[in-house]
Amino acid sequence: MRLVDKRSKYNRRTVLKGMATGAPAAAFAGSMGLSIEDAWADSGKALSPATMKTLAKMARDIYPHDFLSDHFYIVAVMPWDEKAAQDDALKGVIEAGVAQLDSLATTRFKAPYAGVGWEEDRVELLEEIEDSEFFQRIRGDLVVSLYNQKEAWPKFGYEGSSFEHGGYLHRGFDDIDWLPED
Amino acid sequence: MANFDLNDDSLVVIIGSGAGGGTLGNELAQKGIKVVILEAGGRYEKEDFINDEWESFAQLGWRDMRTGSGSWQVATDFPNLPAWIVKAVGGSTTHWAGASLRFKEHEFRTQETYGNITGANLLDWPITLADLEPYYEKAEDKMGVTRTNNIPGLPPNNNFKVMAAGAKRMGYKEVHTGRMAINSEPRDGRGSCLQLGFCFQGCKSGAKWSTLYTEIPKGEDTGNLEVRPNSMAIRIEHDDAGKATGVVYVDGDGNTQRQKARVVCLAGNSIESPRLLLNSASNMFPDGLANSSGEVGRNYMRHVTGSVYAAFEKPVHFYRGTVMAGIIRDESENNPGRGFVGGYELETLSLGVPLMAAFMKPGGWGRTFTSALDQYENLAGMWIVGEDMPQQTNRITLHSTIVDQNEMPVADVHYDDHPNDVMMRNHAYEQGSALYKSVGAVATYPTPPYPSTHNLGTNRMSEKARDGVCNKWGQTHDVSNLFISDGSQFTTGASCNPTLTIVALAIRQADHIADAMSRKDL
Repeated sequence: MRLVDKRSKYNRRTVLKGMATGAPAAAFAGSMGLSIEDAWADSGKALSPATMKTLAKMARDIYPHDFLSDHFYIVAVMPWDEKAAQDDALKGVIEAGVAQLDSLATTRFKAPYAGVGWEEDRVELLEEIEDSEFFQRIRGDLVVSLYNQKEAWPKFGYEGSSFEHGGYLHRGFDDIDWLPED
Repeated sequence: MANFDLNDDSLVVIIGSGAGGGTLGNELAQKGIKVVILEAGGRYEKEDFINDEWESFAQLGWRDMRTGSGSWQVATDFPNLPAWIVKAVGGSTTHWAGASLRFKEHEFRTQETYGNITGANLLDWPITLADLEPYYEKAEDKMGVTRTNNIPGLPPNNNFKVMAAGAKRMGYKEVHTGRMAINSEPRDGRGSCLQLGFCFQGCKSGAKWSTLYTEIPKGEDTGNLEVRPNSMAIRIEHDDAGKATGVVYVDGDGNTQRQKARVVCLAGNSIESPRLLLNSASNMFPDGLANSSGEVGRNYMRHVTGSVYAAFEKPVHFYRGTVMAGIIRDESENNPGRGFVGGYELETLSLGVPLMAAFMKPGGWGRTFTSALDQYENLAGMWIVGEDMPQQTNRITLHSTIVDQNEMPVADVHYDDHPNDVMMRNHAYEQGSALYKSVGAVATYPTPPYPSTHNLGTNRMSEKARDGVCNKWGQTHDVSNLFISDGSQFTTGASCNPTLTIVALAIRQADHIADAMSRKDL
């Protein structure tokens, strides 16, 4: 069978193309393999670096895929800064939501959300706010903004657009080789 | 290409350009009848189609506001997207998967066959399979349906091979790569299938039949058909004698236009068609046009659907090739011993990563959710298509407060599952899961229904005027020159995909309208 090459192929150009806004682009320069702890969030327009990092951590906790680097979660939540810059009510929802999450985390684990060490502990906090507008808006957006990143698709074994390659007629549409013979 | 005058009252005006409207328009044009098709959406040719799920949805999807209500899962999961259908020239024939199955004989007379089912508003069709058979033959030839007219079946893809291997172990007998309106060899000026894997996004190769690049250009070539894109019908008008006189629509520039007509044919899909009739209420027709029965908008059907996805130890790559790559028909018989009446088909289905994330477990998150998606390349999948019970309270209504960009009330789509529907879906989930486990699935995922693609029954055909909206020709009981030409005329929904039947009915209706016009009955 023809397998899908899952190695990371993204470079600075595809990262910049994949981002919904250009606002924090400078933060990306020369910083591939970003992690949530890095300085990518420092040049936001509306949301503080701490807020952006909390959103990115939350994004990974909502849809944890161990084969995806933080990079994809950062790209997924980046547009919230621009949206918040244009919408005070939204900015309020996000800031209040993060504050509530941090407050719950501090009470229970004596650290802000992003500083709680184990995913299962952070998920316990997310479950408490699952019905809030804040959580629902973040999750509802994330299910598109995370999974719609073309650079992430090969990691799931998905190849995306096929027409320019002539479809799969000669590229493995029927190449399964492990089914029982009977 | 024709260009008709707004005041030309000799025209047949068709609302909608999909399986019903697009076919009817071409059939009439071929007979020398002058036709205008009003299409709410834009015109995108196959070169314009996009191999990207969300981008394509933005291009083709009907995204105008609608609301969902009732206890069905879709109203919770997708409250403003009760249906996944198309707003573009070609209608949902751009998006459909191509499955082209005939109704079974008993599916035209379910009241007689199933008996009295509490809560179900069953009714026998005023036509039989024998009445429709000659038109099924014409439709299959027109659409180039595989396994008819000596057209070979499509080759099996990976997803089908998994399903077929499981079907064998389950003892299923009628298993094959489907009767598909997708070219397995070049035909009718279109090439054969390239196994693109993007059937739902508009077939860029044109191997799949769509009115967009078959019926519509053929009709236009006669000089008798004009298609007006970006033309949203908002009201059908009538005279003092109660005959339809024309259609008011909003054009692409936002200007209101009034196209006169000799005959009006409604083919806007089962949500928009009743919406337009209800919005055309007048002093003479206070409950909506053609609604003396009170049945306009009622008996909304959407098939018993659901999916079973299964993860295996090794890759399947189910997204490669045709989306509906094959079928199991054994469960489509009426066998009440299973605990429900009617039957269902099992058809392969695949989605890309973006739509799989949106549809696999709507609202889901956390490791349970992502562990399923982590298996993406190892997934096989199937879709359930079963007969749902028509219910009077499942209905399209005009929303009491929300209006669209043209100040027209949006449609509310209300649906409650009937107990028979729930029994059938659960049975199908169990069969599908057992099938995949029989060939080594390590996990199975019963996936809830997607927004409706098969919208049916909201202007049903009936023998008697009090039981439905139109007669056996699709002609409304109340307004003699107003016809229903889409799936909303279905009296009941059968267990199979509806497009072939919509096309067959449109060919038959064209013959009837042409005859009636030549006799001056219309």
